[in-house]
Amino acid sequence: MKRFAAFRELGTVVLIVLAMVVAGIREPRFFKPESLSNILLYAPLLIVVGIGQMMVIVTRGIDVSVGSMVGISAMTVGMLFKAQPHMPLPLGVGVGILAGLLLGSLNGVLIAGVRIPPIIVTLGGLSAYRGLLFFICQGHQIDANFVPDGLTYWSQAGPITIAGLTISWVFCIAIAGALAAAWFLQRTRAGRDIYVLGSNPEAARLRGVPVRRTTFSVYAITGALCGLAGALYLSRYGVVNPGSAGKGMELVVIAAVVIGGTNVAGGSGSVLGVVLGCLLLGTISNALAVAGIDENWQQLTYGIIILVAVVVDTATKRALAKRLEAA
Amino acid sequence: MVSAKGLRMSFAGVEVLKGVDVDLFPGEVHAIVGENGAGKSTVAKLIGGVYQPVAGQISISGAPTQIGSPRQAIQLGVALIHQEPLTFPDLEVSENVFAGYQPSRGVRGVDWKAMRQEAGQILGRLGSRVKPTDRVANLSIADQQMVELAAALSHNAKVFLLDETTASLTPKEVEELFVIVRKLREDGCALAFVSHRLEEVFSIADRITVLRDGEQVATLIPNETSPEEIVRLMVGRDHSDLGLAPRSYQAQEPVLEVKGLSRGSKFHDVSFQLRRGEILGLGGMVGAGRTEVCEAIFGIARPTGGQVLFDAKPVTIRKPADAIRLGIGLVPEDRQHNGLFMPMQIKENTSSVGLAGFARASWVDRGREGKTATEYATRLRTKLRSVLQPVKELSGGNQQKVVLSKWLLTKPKVLILDEPTRGVDIGAKAEIHMLIRELVEQGMSILIVSSDLPELLGLSDRILVMRQGRIAAEFKGVEADAESVMRAATGQAA
Amino acid sequence: MGKLLSRRETVPAILVVIAFIAGIVESPKFLDFRYLLNVSPEYAETGIMALGMTLVIVCAEIDLSVASILALVACVVAKMLDAGWGGMAAVCGLLLGTCLGGVNGVLVGKLKLPSFVVTLATMALYRGIAQAMLGAHSVKMPHGWIGVDMLNVPGTPFPIPLVLFAVLAVGVGLLLHRTVFGRWIYMTGTNPSAALYSGLPVERVKVLVFTITGFLAAISALLMDSRLGVARYDHALGQELDVITVVVLGGTSIFGGEGAVLANVLALLLIAFVHIGLYLANVTGEFQLAVIGTLLVVAVMISTLVGRRQKR
Repeated sequence: MKRFAAFRELGTVVLIVLAMVVAGIREPRFFKPESLSNILLYAPLLIVVGIGQMMVIVTRGIDVSVGSMVGISAMTVGMLFKAQPHMPLPLGVGVGILAGLLLGSLNGVLIAGVRIPPIIVTLGGLSAYRGLLFFICQGHQIDANFVPDGLTYWSQAGPITIAGLTISWVFCIAIAGALAAAWFLQRTRAGRDIYVLGSNPEAARLRGVPVRRTTFSVYAITGALCGLAGALYLSRYGVVNPGSAGKGMELVVIAAVVIGGTNVAGGSGSVLGVVLGCLLLGTISNALAVAGIDENWQQLTYGIIILVAVVVDTATKRALAKRLEAA
Repeated sequence: MVSAKGLRMSFAGVEVLKGVDVDLFPGEVHAIVGENGAGKSTVAKLIGGVYQPVAGQISISGAPTQIGSPRQAIQLGVALIHQEPLTFPDLEVSENVFAGYQPSRGVRGVDWKAMRQEAGQILGRLGSRVKPTDRVANLSIADQQMVELAAALSHNAKVFLLDETTASLTPKEVEELFVIVRKLREDGCALAFVSHRLEEVFSIADRITVLRDGEQVATLIPNETSPEEIVRLMVGRDHSDLGLAPRSYQAQEPVLEVKGLSRGSKFHDVSFQLRRGEILGLGGMVGAGRTEVCEAIFGIARPTGGQVLFDAKPVTIRKPADAIRLGIGLVPEDRQHNGLFMPMQIKENTSSVGLAGFARASWVDRGREGKTATEYATRLRTKLRSVLQPVKELSGGNQQKVVLSKWLLTKPKVLILDEPTRGVDIGAKAEIHMLIRELVEQGMSILIVSSDLPELLGLSDRILVMRQGRIAAEFKGVEADAESVMRAATGQAA
Repeated sequence: MGKLLSRRETVPAILVVIAFIAGIVESPKFLDFRYLLNVSPEYAETGIMALGMTLVIVCAEIDLSVASILALVACVVAKMLDAGWGGMAAVCGLLLGTCLGGVNGVLVGKLKLPSFVVTLATMALYRGIAQAMLGAHSVKMPHGWIGVDMLNVPGTPFPIPLVLFAVLAVGVGLLLHRTVFGRWIYMTGTNPSAALYSGLPVERVKVLVFTITGFLAAISALLMDSRLGVARYDHALGQELDVITVVVLGGTSIFGGEGAVLANVLALLLIAFVHIGLYLANVTGEFQLAVIGTLLVVAVMISTLVGRRQKR
């Protein structure tokens, strides 16, 4: 199984390279720094939210409310800066994370506490939180002139520039988040409990793993990560429209997580896989854009990606299991 | 080290343990033996914290203790190893060993190096080939049990409860396990060994407790007893209990024939004939492969080899619907999970298999459905208020009668009964026995799996005994006696 | 009293009455029967999809893709009509919806994949196809095809879509409660293992249930095309939420095995009243969605908590 995971990650890398080569041959413009930097700007939001989603799916759950949580957090941070233009940036980001954490915790309480199936809770959350978003902003959008330059700077500049390609601060934040998540999942008991629970809930209970607390925590963490993503959204786009901020993001995120090798039946998934999955989606989306295929094809692409990834993964795993049983 | 006094336990009003005393001493293997359903696993689960006793007292190292949960048992140094290992297939071995207790230091967090090293050491001490970095999903059952043992050792367990641990192991794997058991005993651990394989018991145990029907029959030292005596104590009843007149069966043509049927490691080369109007008993211990054979015939799990003939014609049964079409029915062992739709009506359960028979152009005639359900309830003397009641409101015995009627309604030629009277009260049990007799008189053929020896002996015209996935012996109904069946089932050749 | 409370119809019926009274207080239009009938076709579309969803949820699965099936069928039919296919377009649309549902069914039933993942993917896929086909454009319906919602069944004040819904509700109700197949759906949802041991074609039941849902979504698509007069890829966007809420409010257990059609009709009435009430109060789309989403979670929460208490 470990080899299977490594194989999956390698497969994703191969797909990224393949997508780049195909796109590059058809449209040499693809390799221009502006084009490539688009990928690096596209991926960070996905990576941050995807890590949370991956944890949720590892515990055999799902969270389709992520897009709305990102929207609310982006709006909260935006309104905060509109009201207090001179507030320190970290404080603003912190409030965004807090907003996400709150909503994620509500999901967590309903799922782990009341024991309502995750799909119902988060489907309700998807629209309830979007409505809340409209309520908070009274339907008004946050315009770019209210976003502090310091925050926008995060997306426009970065510490490293290679051959005209700038690695933005936003990307660095996402990678830092990924490293932190990898550390959490790999190095803390609470993190390991997520895998223990997802791998065999009954055995986890008998071993005394805090099942409810762990279930709650994955949704709360996902909420907090959506909060961070909301702040990054503000930095990246400069505007927050209540109707479109984070809309439909759940789909892209789940596609990225699934293509990164996370098992939809729970138990396995890695941060590296999520990061690679997000980069692959970024590459494909950019390649489509460069090739002049408009965003009308995006939904179709995500749907196909999720289906193919799930079917191929499941089929491979069943074939492997069968061979193991026969041996 | 562990002393349990007067343990009592009951499930759903049925008493399964009626005051059992078990003492586990350091440096000793205490075998707990008994027929299926005698209560031996329950003893292990009570000490392991899975269940809490209705009455009785468990003391550990002299101090009276309440063991409220498996986790608490682990903290008290008591480890329960199950027949089916409880592992985490997606995770590596070292983490399975330490799940929930990973060694962790400050900012560096979970110390994988130490975890793998320690797991490696423990596994090395157990003499296992398993590497700490192996994925558990890729391990055999025996190796997974090693992992569970290693997990127990990682908590410095001093008391090991092996609950039918050998049931799914090959003889070689059992030998390897015993090497470890002996090592643990030398290290001063106390072990309880729940098993029904007497040769294993005699090769390893220092003390044997025999249970029968939840009662403690005797506690003996192996040197002072013999397998024969143990078998006698396990059985301990004559089979006139059943109150059924003996019947003589005139062999008729075979209806169902099985030739060399095999399925992976579950059972191997099973061949027998079931004749018209015959009751064929299938005896043996838990894990001998009896249920698996029945399910293979019925199309639940595909056999990997062999042939099934029905009315002398070879047939392929891919799914239960195929078996039902031929006229085969199966009353499954696990009534709750496989037999009944608990929240649904008695009527709906009764008609669940033969529903098409009540339908014209797929339209269910609910009047006739209800009437038929009532008829069967009357015929089987099912105690109910109304056939519109949900079946979950009935007692175990009456629930089983509903399962029986759902099959009788399809008028099968062959009915396979897997433990038909488990968890059924005495009155209903006798009624089910009468019914079985009645059915074969009418020409039905019955294959009955039963761990209840008097039932098996009293009902069957012929008895096959399975042991470790093979047919170990065959007895004519009149020739069979409890002890010879038990000897065959436990591997004590006569 | 206890018995009355435990009936599936009771809670939605009480809520309907409350919503209706609140509606009257808010706006006299609630007493205007003609007004209510005039807006009914929109809810008939939701209701028809909810009939399919009931079967799916009784089977202990979920279908998030219904609204996307509707959108794709609506777009394809409009395009075909535009190309002059005439009546064949409608037939092909129904066929297409059936096939789209069938794909869901095969992935869930035969490949045994979790339905929330499969239908989440097809939700994107089906709508994605429609979007790739039309983009931001809308296709106008030919004249003769517009306005089925304005037509009444001759001699009655009832619009055709409402009557069609009623007929289908009776049909699905009979299917679920009176036929062999309906019983199989209940048994599969209640205890899939026992269903297998009873010789039921469990896989086929699941495939069919999703297929029927696809077919019903296609009917809704035709109605919506006709009502709106144009087809767009974002038809019924997010409407799976309404549909699932109707089914869950109707007392269908999300854990499978329970559900009845009559209760769903009441729940649909409730959702309709809530929407109409919000609309009359000038509450916009996103808020309406939020109310429905909250209603969904609260409904499940109540039924989960009540169910747990009853078990004790």
